[in-house]
This record gives sequence, structure tokens and C-alpha cells, in this order.
Amino acid sequence: MSIFVNKDTKLIVQGITGGQGRFYALRNRDYGTQVVGGVNPMKAGQDVEGIPVFGSVAEARDATGGTATMILVPAPAAPAAVLEAAEAGMELIVCLTEGIPAHDEAHFFNKVKRDFPKSRILGPNCPGLVTVGECNIGFIPAEVAKPGGPVGIVSRSGTLTYQALAELGHKGIGVTTCVGIGGDPVPGTSFIDCLEAFQADPDTKAVIMFGEIGGTAEEEAAEFIASKMDKPVAAYVAGVTAPPGKKMGHAGAIVSGGKGTAQGKMDALREAGVRVGLNPTEVGDIMAEVVASL
Amino acid sequence: MDLFEFQGKQFFAQYGIPVSPGEVAETVDDAVAAAERLGYPVVVKAQVQVGGRGKAGGIKLASNVDEAREHASDILGMDIKGHVVRILWIEKASDIAEEYYASFTLDRSAKKHLGMLSAQGGIDIEDIAATNPEAIARIHVDPVDGLTEAQCRAWVEEAKLNPAATEGAVSILIKLYRAYVDGDADLVEINPLILTSDGSVHALDAKVTLDDSADFRHLEREAWQGVADLDPRDALAKEKGLQYVGLDGNVGVIANGAGLAMSTCDVVNQVGGAPANFLDIGGGASAAVMANALEVINADPRVEAIFINIFGGITKGEEVANGIVEALGRVEIKSPIVIRLDGTNAEEGRAILKSHESDRLISHPTMVGAAKRAVELAGTGPSGPSKRGTGPDRRGA
Repeated sequence: MSIFVNKDTKLIVQGITGGQGRFYALRNRDYGTQVVGGVNPMKAGQDVEGIPVFGSVAEARDATGGTATMILVPAPAAPAAVLEAAEAGMELIVCLTEGIPAHDEAHFFNKVKRDFPKSRILGPNCPGLVTVGECNIGFIPAEVAKPGGPVGIVSRSGTLTYQALAELGHKGIGVTTCVGIGGDPVPGTSFIDCLEAFQADPDTKAVIMFGEIGGTAEEEAAEFIASKMDKPVAAYVAGVTAPPGKKMGHAGAIVSGGKGTAQGKMDALREAGVRVGLNPTEVGDIMAEVVASL
Repeated sequence: MDLFEFQGKQFFAQYGIPVSPGEVAETVDDAVAAAERLGYPVVVKAQVQVGGRGKAGGIKLASNVDEAREHASDILGMDIKGHVVRILWIEKASDIAEEYYASFTLDRSAKKHLGMLSAQGGIDIEDIAATNPEAIARIHVDPVDGLTEAQCRAWVEEAKLNPAATEGAVSILIKLYRAYVDGDADLVEINPLILTSDGSVHALDAKVTLDDSADFRHLEREAWQGVADLDPRDALAKEKGLQYVGLDGNVGVIANGAGLAMSTCDVVNQVGGAPANFLDIGGGASAAVMANALEVINADPRVEAIFINIFGGITKGEEVANGIVEALGRVEIKSPIVIRLDGTNAEEGRAILKSHESDRLISHPTMVGAAKRAVELAGTGPSGPSKRGTGPDRRGA
């Protein structure tokens, strides 16, 4: 078992004919993902290394039975791509595109939530997700990861997601699903969505959560963990040294008005019974102890 | 991008929000000429992107030409919390009856826009929020529906402004929401929004943060670029297209990915050092990007050692190593470098670095170990991890 995706997931790639779209579609297929089709209205009828290209998501869905989509189109075109995917009934919309204006994100998030409640958006500006050994959608280098669990991973940051997978891989600890929710202001899928799914997944026995400064998502996750989860959680929050009021790369990583500090988030997580490491390596060590005691 | 007050007022004016008439001046003579044109009394206002300029003496009322000259010469060149005043805004003084607060920003928890309105304006909204939260009327606006006039009117009534201000406030708030959405702002704030003795309502200040991701559809923003109030290190990094934030320590940090870069700063701090900066080179660390990053770090006189922390994801270790070696050939680096290279093909990368290793270029396999080495090399000189650093004493901030 796993969350959100598995070996049966059929993936459509919006923007497959672009440099990045092509690269990751093929890379994901090499991993074992069923990449069943791509979309580019200008290049319908062509193919990318055997992956057929369709004129719209709806056409790709009808021809292939795809239910998940990966979006790698430029930021100005991404909001329309997300809405097209939702209208075509995609259950999972993984938007990897970075640099989408915050107002566009807020608009399509609310539009999809209201009009297409069965569609889940992951991202934008996220590294994607991987169910180890079964299905990889996006950028995550999962070759070092061992399949089958017992650990689930959720992270806001891309490189820290890779770091988490590597820490567990080096220790020989398996992973069910690893989800990068992205650091943008309006993430389609939150920590809580992932924690809830991991709690319900029988193969996931423990969870690693990597947060960062800004917003209150980690604090909300802490509340959820305290009240709704009985599986152990280990966490790390990046940005202890971040000065207030400055953006630290991610649109999401900004501390303002004394709220959203790393220290505040770590305190909230500790109070919720989460074991907090001070760096990614420490979290790997904590998880090794947790797994040994399962 | 943060706008200066005068730019914020230009932005507001584009959306029909009434602001006081005023002019920009960069010299005392220009300031006096502007004051003469506007007619006294005028307010001479320092243009800096930092709060508390009024308390620092950066806002002064001038009733005649002598006062205008005196205040302009006092304020130009003034240092307000590390920001040197280079621009003045000379504005016609307003006859203030009441001061309110109004803003729109994104509520990340609710994933909707949040409007805040208070009859207690003119002071720090965070103080009001902390001491008297009921004094702020809040409204969540669904981005799909937008703000209707009926909603806006109910919101203004809830805030209990002077009834004389109701019509003016409703009109301004509708326009402010439009400016916020159509202008792609992260924040629009009017503090104070004033009711004048003659019953009109207008924006006496403007705090606007624009969403840089939307630059592609706002060509009008070009006029505001280039006058930004940046730390010189930040300005150089911006010119090079790097994600950089200057800090106070002496360990220069270069990492790939914002999360890893933040984490790298944290680990430097954790092992007893202090980072000089946050620098994210992003995915695909090419030689050119690495050279630019090293150049920015090298230009910082605070830096005593450099910690390059790369986790190769899609980027392969040997490409990163080649990039670093090539960069070292292009830029003469003043400080010793410690490199931690992990992830995809890290061993191949380390093998490449091996032949270039010296006491100036040290490779270390783990993040924490490499951080320790870099902190040792940086030492604890005058710019070292002192009390003014970004250490644990600032955590509660």
C-alpha cells in the first residue's frame, strides 16, 4: 500500500514536448511509472519516445484511461493547465511549475475545490511524489530509496525531500510514499492531507515531516498529529537562522511579525509528541530508532 | 518587490485610490521647489523601506520655506535602522480628523484573501492585534467570487468607523481590493487611512509588496525597479539572478534548493558558527552559476570561510564537481572552501574534487562534519559568531 499513487496509476504529462516535460516524462517512465500520454494542442498525433501526444487532457484521458497528470508548462500557462486537468476529471494534478503568481494559485485552488472536489492538486512549485518502486511523478531522485515502507515522508522543500530519502536509503530503511508538497503560498495538498493519508495507510508505520519557516502549516500539522494520529512522527524545521521579514528563496519561506518561526514550529511539534531533529541527519537517526522499536 | 511610499502611492493612484498630492525629491533644492509648488504646510517624508521612520525623525511638518529647507537637509542622508535616506517625498499636509487602518493580504491557512480594517489606525497593526484583536474587523474574500459592495459595506460597518467615513471607505476598499488583485500584490496596506475635517477619506501612507512572480504581466513595474533599497550584497546577488539573503555571520553558504540552503545556515549555527548569508543556486548547478555564487560570497568582507553544500538530485555529482573546479579557475577566492557533496553520483564528484583538494579546498562527506570544519576555519574573529549574530539569541524573535 501507499498514498495517492501506486503501480496502477496512469499518468498524463501536460507539457510533454517541452525540454523539461520530455526529460521528466521519460525519467519517470524509466522508473516504472505508467506514462500513458502527453498533451500539447499544437502537436497532437505526434509521440515522445513512444508516448502518444494528444490535443487536450480530455482526449488523452479518453484514449488512455489516465487519471493523474503532471504539469510542466511555463508559469503563465499553468493556471489554465490546472483547470483543464480538473475539468477532464483528473484525480491527481501534480503541478511542478514554479513561479506562478500567488493570486493565480489562490484562484485555481478555490475554483478546483468548489467545482471539482474529486481532484487533488499537489504543488505548485513542488518536486512531486513517489511511491517507492511503483510510481514516480516529478523530480524526486528515488533510486536510493528502498520500497515497501514502513516510513512515509512529507516535505515542503525539494532538496530536503531528497535528503530525507537518502538518509533512510543509507540506513536501509524502506519508504512507502514520499510527497513534496512545495513551498508556495497556496499548496494544493497540505501536510495535514498527507498525514491523514499516511495515518490511514496500513503499510506506513511512521512518518517523517520536513517543514520550514513561514506560514502556520507546521503548527496546524502539529494539532492534527496530537489529536488524530497514533503513528510516530519525526520532524525537522528549516530556517532557525532566518531573519524576520526576509524571503528565503521559497515564496513560502518568510517569517513575519514573530509568527512562523522555526523555533515556534519546533515547539508546537514537540508539544504534539513529535520527535524533532535539529538537522536532516538527526531526523534520519531518530527514525532509525523509531523503526527499530516498531 | 517592496515599493517605497511614493511608488505605492503611484500604484494606488493607478487604481483610483485618492492620495495626497506630492512630489519626489533627491536634493534639498528640489525638495524646497516641490514644497513651494504644493503650498504650505507640507510634510517632508524620508523614503526608506523600514518601519519606524516617524519615530526616527524621518517625517517632519514644514509650514514655510525655511522649515522645508531645514527638514529636507536634516532628513536626506539620515540613517534609519541601517537605511540611508536618498529620496524624499514632499506631500501636501492633511487636516486629519481620524486615522484608520486597512489592508489586504493572502491568508495562507484559509487559502483566501484576508482584508483587515480598524478604526484604530496610525500605529503598528501588530500592536493592535496583540493588545486589542477585536478592534480589527476581518473579512475573508474568496478569490473566485471577489469582493462585492454589499460585503464591503457590512465589513466597514463592523469596523465601526465614523459614519461620515463610510461611503469614502467603501469606495476606497473596493479599489484597494482591485489594486491588490489586478496589481498582483502580496500586500497592500494603508496606515493611516484618514478621514479629514472636511469629510473626505484618503490614503496617507502606502505599503505595497508586489509578487515578483507576476512581473511577466506587469511591464509597468519596470519604472520601479532599480531604485530598490537593497544591501549592496543583496543588490549584487540580484543582478546575478541568485536567491540571496545577507546575514551577519562569517561563514559564506552556498547550497542547492531553498530548503537545503536554510538547513545549511541552521547547521552552521548549530555547530557554533554564524552564516554570512543564505544563497540558493537552485537546481542544475552549472559552472557559470557556481562562479556567480562564489563571486557574490567573495565580495562580502565578512566571509572568513565558505561552505558549499550540494545534494545532487537530478544534478549529478560529477557535474557539480566540474562546475566548482571550473568556477575556481574563473574567480580568485579569498577564503578557504569546505565542500559537502552528496546524492546522485556523489562518489564520482568527490573523485574529481580529490585532485584539487588542499588546505583551501576541503571535501567532507557529511553536512554536519563539513559545517564544523567551515566554522573552525572561519574562526571567531570580530565578525565571528558574536552576540549580534544570528545565533540562538535571535530564535525567539
